[in-house]
Amino acid sequence: MGQYIIRRTLIAIPTLVVISFVIFIILDLAPGDPTASLPLTVPPEVRERIRETLGFNDPFLIRWFKWMSQMFIAEPLNATEQVFNVSLGDSEERLRILSWSSRAPVIDTILERLPQTIWVLGTAFILGVLIAIPVGVISAYKQYSAFDNVGTFVSMAGYSMPVFFTGVLAIVIFSVWLDWFPSFYDTTHKVTDFDSFVFQLKQMAMPVGVLALFNAAALSRFTRSSVLDNLNEDYVRTARSKGLRENRVLLRHVLRNSLIPVVTLIALQIPGIFAGAIITETIFRINGLGKYLIDSILAADIPAVQTLTFIFAALTVFFNLIADVTYGLLDPRIRYD
Amino acid sequence: MKRTKWLALFAVFAMVLAACGDSGGDGTTTTADGGTPTTEDGTTDTTQAPVEGGAGSGGAITLLQWQAPSGLNPFLSGGTKELLAASLILEPLAEYSPSAELVPVLATEIPTVDNGGVSEDLMSVTWTLNEGIMWSDGTPFTADDVVFTWEYCTQTPDCTQSSFFGGISSVTAVDELTVLVEFDAPTPFPYNAFVTYQSPILQKAQFEACVGANAAACTDENFGPIGTGPYVVTDFRTNDVASYEFNPNYRGVAADKPFFSEVVIQGGGDAEGSARSVLELGEADYGWNLQVDPNVLANMEAAGNGTVKAGFASNVERLMINQTNPDPALGDLRSEYDGGNNPHPFLTNPDIVRALSMAINRQELVDVGYGAGGQPTCNVWPAPPAQSTNNDWCLTQDVEGAIALLDEVGAVDSDGDGIREYEGTPLSVLYQTSTNAVRQSNQELVKSYWDQIGVETELRNIDASVFFGGDQASPDTYQKFFADIEMYTNGSGSPDPQTYMGNWTCDQVVTSDNFGGSNISRYCSADYDALYQELTETADADRRAEITIQLNDLTVNDGVMVPLIWRASVSAFSNTIQGVGDLNGWDSEYWNIEDWTRSG
Repeated sequence: MGQYIIRRTLIAIPTLVVISFVIFIILDLAPGDPTASLPLTVPPEVRERIRETLGFNDPFLIRWFKWMSQMFIAEPLNATEQVFNVSLGDSEERLRILSWSSRAPVIDTILERLPQTIWVLGTAFILGVLIAIPVGVISAYKQYSAFDNVGTFVSMAGYSMPVFFTGVLAIVIFSVWLDWFPSFYDTTHKVTDFDSFVFQLKQMAMPVGVLALFNAAALSRFTRSSVLDNLNEDYVRTARSKGLRENRVLLRHVLRNSLIPVVTLIALQIPGIFAGAIITETIFRINGLGKYLIDSILAADIPAVQTLTFIFAALTVFFNLIADVTYGLLDPRIRYD
Repeated sequence: MKRTKWLALFAVFAMVLAACGDSGGDGTTTTADGGTPTTEDGTTDTTQAPVEGGAGSGGAITLLQWQAPSGLNPFLSGGTKELLAASLILEPLAEYSPSAELVPVLATEIPTVDNGGVSEDLMSVTWTLNEGIMWSDGTPFTADDVVFTWEYCTQTPDCTQSSFFGGISSVTAVDELTVLVEFDAPTPFPYNAFVTYQSPILQKAQFEACVGANAAACTDENFGPIGTGPYVVTDFRTNDVASYEFNPNYRGVAADKPFFSEVVIQGGGDAEGSARSVLELGEADYGWNLQVDPNVLANMEAAGNGTVKAGFASNVERLMINQTNPDPALGDLRSEYDGGNNPHPFLTNPDIVRALSMAINRQELVDVGYGAGGQPTCNVWPAPPAQSTNNDWCLTQDVEGAIALLDEVGAVDSDGDGIREYEGTPLSVLYQTSTNAVRQSNQELVKSYWDQIGVETELRNIDASVFFGGDQASPDTYQKFFADIEMYTNGSGSPDPQTYMGNWTCDQVVTSDNFGGSNISRYCSADYDALYQELTETADADRRAEITIQLNDLTVNDGVMVPLIWRASVSAFSNTIQGVGDLNGWDSEYWNIEDWTRSG
């Protein structure tokens, strides 16, 4: 197992280098200009100077190497310095990855955005899984029962209604008519006592609810069909004929086997938590990582887009590995040696 | 059996809903007790203990800028969103009121030739600074800071506001409170540098180490400039939230200004969501830049929590008429001026352009897309006192007149395909603009007007980041103008029209050698150039207005541009906010935030 993880990690390194190069090529080919959002009153020669100082006009390979060295040398060194409060080499002159629109280090902005992204998307994700798996299992076990039909209807509705519709609907119902929840998310809010915790729950309620519904919808359908497949297997009949109780058959045998494809789906969705939910974040005014990515794309802020997409790629590779390792835990037949 | 199960499920659901309702009710009471209906989290306790009725006694005010500020240094980010956020902290020597009058801020008065502040030869201007002004860190504000601001912008290559310092040969501190600005050439309008929120004063002590190549790396300084204004930034999160508290060293504190102890600029979301928060929900006090469907906005306003205000400056949505031939068959000569040898086959005829203009129902364009945020206009320079009335014929749609005019110039449909021809070329135009819902709806309308007079229109829209981006290799930029007609908004940064009217002189014609030119229509007229030359040499305000009107009329009559809509900035204010006055289109919308109060 240990060897397997090491081998996979080593393969991941060239994969990520290639990914970063591909992202860079795509961004380079995409049209866009960091000065396009400036007012027309800013004259063209000033724009040209700005592009020059940003390094927008540098040759492609130079920009890529610069970014690579900043990402893999300057930023880790800087992080080490901050964590251990030491000075490593020439830290004054070391250039960090600076955003073209805010001129601030991209990594700092990402760290600033992480809490709200994880609070909202993480909660929505966990809630979604907690709803989806029981609903999926019960629906499959009691196929065509009222519960299954209602579950199918709700998950179809949840899956087919886009977030930009359910989100605005939620705002109209819960903010405008009922006045229960604020329509936007205050990222500066700090939980210090019970009241502020209640407020945090209230401002999270709508975005989490909308996203959890969407996540749970797909996942419960998936769980349902996976459990259905397993229920017809021979080993289930064997288990039953051995006289095992239904609970044990369902939870120990069927569920465990059915979870293998579900775990893949869940593991591959986790990087999505960090990628943020662009539409939900825009509707509920949560300035999380998804909003940061879309703002950076619109502003042609290439260093920020490059760094963000690369981090998402790295997370995807990492959680892929986690998923593969988890198979082994769920199913002893899967071996890695 | 089944039925009871359902009932139980329903009962649980109802209980959950009821529980949510209860907690909602509780939360509202706690915040209402705090006395500030705008902050949801009850953060009313400020670090300063405000005196009853004195400066900072008004609690917090929430301003929504759905396009959030990315930084607070106005010299590194020229967008309005950053300039606005910085204008709470940094102040210029003078600013504009909503009626475009200059008001001294850090200076004692506006220097003029009459009061001796501007030299007789128009070569220099002397600003006298107010005594006793303090930076928020408690150090005195002096002439050295003003001089430093000029050095900062001129020595930093990516200073976005460097055009404000153009034509200045030197800025010197005569004494602690006197600044002398000298020009390269006679400058009849010397109020660009250090005037408006686009060119405020930075503190020398703070920014001294951030000049030139170091500018971008000074993140702490760029996110937290020290200023002389009513507020000090306490927490800045790029493209997210900016929090401020009132500046105890502000000169207005003795006069109980500012009223609000805290300001929060909340970013994110979209224009419609911001409008809803202010107008319908009353959970914020101000919403900026609300380009929302006029009907939607009017419905929200009807909820009675807030009011929509429009601030008119000089922005005009216009059609630019290509004076050169954009025919793709021309290859490298496409849309090239080529010394006047490549004229457009029919759009160089002013009567045809006039007919296109007459056919347009401008009021309908406003109603569909702009509402309170626009007015029909026939002028490239729309604002008083240089507002021309000579072109008002365009305000009423006249399809019959347009048809008659086209017939008169010989543009008739000779081959019976429903499209007129002029000297053998069919009147068929490619009409492009940036991708934007309002612009596309207006494009459709204009196309339908032109259909009525026998002009065929092909519509095209291009993503704004490409259209307004300066990529010389892209065929889709507004500068390249590979189309017959294009539509966008432009306006002057200053109530003085000199810089702006200089956009259409011959030497500004965009060519492949002069890609940075601002004369997008590729218009070249000796009359215009001579008149503009006169403007740059005239100091008398009345005469300047007269010349501006003549320049404006020339561009309209020569068919270089077809002005459509005089556009305003649109913002919404909560009805509890008092003392705002008119919305300022010429300067920061927060220009008088120290006078804002809350009632009720």
